Amino acid sequence: MYKAIVIGTSYGGPDALKIILPRLSIGFPVPVIIVLHIGDHSNEVFIDYMNSICPLEVKEAESNEKIREGFIYFAPPNYHLLIESDFTFSLTTDQKHNFSRPSIDILFESAAWAYSQSLIGVVLTGANSDGAAGLKMIRDFGGMAIIQNPCSAISPAMPRAALKIARPEVRLRLEEIPDKLIELVGFNKKNSEMF
Amino acid sequence: MVDSLYNESNADLLNIEIKLLMEGVFLRYGYDFRNYSKAHIKRRVLHRLGISTLSSVSRLQDLVLRDREFFIEFLDDLSINVTEMFRDPEFFKSLREKIIPKLKTYPYFKIWVAGCSTGEEVYSLSILLKEEGLLERCQIYATDFSRKVLEIAKEGVYQKNIIEQFETNYRLSGGKGKLSDYYKSRYGSVIFEKELTNKIVFADHNLVTDTVFADVNLILCRNVLIYFEKSLQDKVIGLFCESLVPSGILCLGTKESIKFSMYEKLFEIIDEKSRIFKKRIG
Ligand SMILES: C[S@@+](CC[C@H](N)C(=O)[O-])C[C@H]1O[C@@H](n2cnc3c(N)ncnc32)[C@H](O)[C@@H]1O
Repeated sequence: MYKAIVIGTSYGGPDALKIILPRLSIGFPVPVIIVLHIGDHSNEVFIDYMNSICPLEVKEAESNEKIREGFIYFAPPNYHLLIESDFTFSLTTDQKHNFSRPSIDILFESAAWAYSQSLIGVVLTGANSDGAAGLKMIRDFGGMAIIQNPCSAISPAMPRAALKIARPEVRLRLEEIPDKLIELVGFNKKNSEMF
Repeated sequence: MVDSLYNESNADLLNIEIKLLMEGVFLRYGYDFRNYSKAHIKRRVLHRLGISTLSSVSRLQDLVLRDREFFIEFLDDLSINVTEMFRDPEFFKSLREKIIPKLKTYPYFKIWVAGCSTGEEVYSLSILLKEEGLLERCQIYATDFSRKVLEIAKEGVYQKNIIEQFETNYRLSGGKGKLSDYYKSRYGSVIFEKELTNKIVFADHNLVTDTVFADVNLILCRNVLIYFEKSLQDKVIGLFCESLVPSGILCLGTKESIKFSMYEKLFEIIDEKSRIFKKRIG
């Protein structure tokens, strides 16, 4: 049983997320936690926009906030996002990692400690190698590792690095990823609509 | 490497060892990290293990408890000192516009900058106060629990290559002159004017284990509480509340809040976005 999904992406990320996130519908049984390298500026506008196109609630992760299923969380710009073992968020202003803050590796590694094998990690389009080590750790801990097929990525460097280092079991085109996530978390839309 | 030492099969063991290490550090040296963010501490401890040849946290503990010098180094691992001048320029702008006018009505006032790190924040504040003609009227306490950063703060010497970023922040914060009016360049470094530190007392103070400062009008404690668990955040906000005069001002980091704190009711919000709060009277 998977309990959370973590996603990392940079260059091309906003467009990729616009394809994936709106496909996750109400009742989706796990939280989705995302690091998107978007620069140092506020991502308020982007989050507002995502909210307008997603059935699930999209918000910025806050310090000490309890992580809830069915929510989509973004790391705030300029802070690393970590997951605590009591499933709350922590933020730090640690040095940049892989030239990035927030860093995908830092989110993925703390998520692996917290969720162990109940975690799905996804690396999408991006222009550096952040996320590769974190995805490997998710895999080593028995979680599920997914990458966007580098050939289909706007910027293949990030999924390619993840492919090389983490050897993920699942490589998909962007459009195939939502269905895969829905299948993995055992989300049956009909079921949820009965309630 | 670290990932071969600890993995999902001994994750619980790692947690136990870290807990014992933090207990040991507290008992031996009085530094209390027991209620710091666990994920953050774990990351820092594993980082230290990764760059050492030690094979477990228990071995690290042995060294930390017996070798004071090694402990001082380890203390560095645990604290994050990343800072910059006029960090979050909007905050400094708001301070200038919303709080300075009030301070101007006082003949004398006290400011506490808690967790001042290497000093960039308190130098920024001094510059702002100087431009507003208030520097002569105040006493500033700049505290941190790391003696190492306090030494750097007292010097006021920073790398030349980051000054450009500071310039930009200064401008965005509504600075009235040029930042270069306040420093001299020398050999790849910049040295801030001594005048800026005339009113600053730098002091070693631990927010977790030390006591209050009396009758402070303004507290800046930014990007320190994010490393604390909720219970500890509450405790420290209580400490600030006690230190402030009625109507005193508390400024936190942009991702820190008194929301959900047990002291929330004792403050009113002055600027939600810049996290500026005012202690209620009575
Ligand atoms: C990230 S820096 C923030 C510097 C500055 N306030 C800013 O916002 O740029 C955090 C500082 O808090 C200090 N600190 C952490 N725990 C502390 C404690 N218990 N008591 C006093 N200072 C502490 C650290 O040594 C570090 O210098």
